[in-house]
Amino acid sequence: MSSKLQIKGIRDGLLITLGDGAWEEQRQDLMTQLRSQAEFLRGARLAIDAGGAILKAADLGQLTKELAELGFTLYALISESPTTERSALAFGLATRLPKPGAARTVAGSTEPDGEPALLVNRTLRSGYNLQYQGHVVVIGDVNPGAQVIARGDVIVWGKLRGMVHAGAEGDDGAVVCALDLSPTQLRIAGAIAVTPKRRGKPQPEMARLVQGQVVAEAWDPKRERL
Amino acid sequence: MTGKVITITSGKGGVGKTTATANLGAALADLGHKVVCIDADIGLRNLDVVLGLENRIVYDLVDIVEGRCRLRQAMIRDKRLPELFLIPAAQTRDKSAISPSDMVTLADDLRTEFDFILLDSPAGIERGFRNAIAPADIVLVLTNPEVSAVRDADRIIGLIEAEEKGPARLIINRIKPEMVRRGDMLGVDDILELLAVQLIGLVPDDENVLLSTNRGLPIVLDGKSKAGQAFRNIARRVMGEEVPFIHFDETGGFFSRITRLIRPGGN
Repeated sequence: MSSKLQIKGIRDGLLITLGDGAWEEQRQDLMTQLRSQAEFLRGARLAIDAGGAILKAADLGQLTKELAELGFTLYALISESPTTERSALAFGLATRLPKPGAARTVAGSTEPDGEPALLVNRTLRSGYNLQYQGHVVVIGDVNPGAQVIARGDVIVWGKLRGMVHAGAEGDDGAVVCALDLSPTQLRIAGAIAVTPKRRGKPQPEMARLVQGQVVAEAWDPKRERL
Repeated sequence: MTGKVITITSGKGGVGKTTATANLGAALADLGHKVVCIDADIGLRNLDVVLGLENRIVYDLVDIVEGRCRLRQAMIRDKRLPELFLIPAAQTRDKSAISPSDMVTLADDLRTEFDFILLDSPAGIERGFRNAIAPADIVLVLTNPEVSAVRDADRIIGLIEAEEKGPARLIINRIKPEMVRRGDMLGVDDILELLAVQLIGLVPDDENVLLSTNRGLPIVLDGKSKAGQAFRNIARRVMGEEVPFIHFDETGGFFSRITRLIRPGGN
């Protein structure tokens, strides 16, 4: 049975569930629908549920551009495909919608001094190259052979065993935190360090620059904050 | 009948992909399934040698894809197992002679006739690897208990996930029980912790594998070999059976026959 494109109003805008078929068909179907109702829907924020469709960054680029021409903003792309999710994240789109009946909604931000960060909710395997112009938070491991390069801080909620470069554009104040900090190589701004052989059990650590040297210290909850 | 396509790959060369393909194929055929093994390592063919069928090759994979012969003509029946067939690789061409979509078409043709289609992937992450995983339903990643092989397996698992062919399943080959016991070898638990995928086979290092490979007789046909037993177990796990893992380390003679369920990694 083939399903058809559905448009439904949700709290933050419109949720569009794409029908079956190849991406090219789905996209044209979507555009036709939106054009026919453009008067009524114009300016809406869209969340698209692409189902299992595999979308590369180029597909998404084209889609956001076409939507923008019609006066729509795409803010979320929901997908079952990891490739599509990755492309969506690269475009700064949300990949999940708040569930109806959620405990509370977050309207805007009350912390103007905070800085945005990229949250990566998976393990980075060998050969994976993550670069971001800001802070990076990984929930998962960074395996040997993977690399994370960030303009800001890098925080790994898991084992950090790959190569990591925080403050890649010269920020001396950048830090690297991990539950198990044993990277093949750790760089902060211009300094490079390798992990000494570990004694005993791994513990959460934070690495930062002290007088041009990379220093890793065990996380101490009672310690004075930086 | 719709057959399952199983690709055996590793990233690193020399970990035993071809031997594993030959033995898994022979084990599945021995269990009564109709099996075809395809050597996707164009230009460096060996699967025919390991199966002892080299002298029977007339047509090969590239001949099928380029339409110089019918599928049937290129299939070589095994000497001992009537349900086991081989499609050899071309030796005089290279990986670019076929494309991933050629492999998908070929696999779809074979699915109607066979229970299992085993694809022996070449080493590396280039065209040959892409060809081999394109039609896969199940991907088995082979590694050895050494750092470089595990590193490459990690990379390969990432690529398989990106191609949406996951989750890959892991075979650890050439485990030396003696060294594991002394703590000189990367342990199974360490490997699983890093790779975080489901384990489907543990194969001990066994000199007889080399002998059987040189003779062109898969080790699974030798009832006494531990490695052969390990491959038979993998075949049964591929079919969905729960088979406990043979436990190699710790005390006891050559290796203890105490069986234990080793916790599979990942979710």
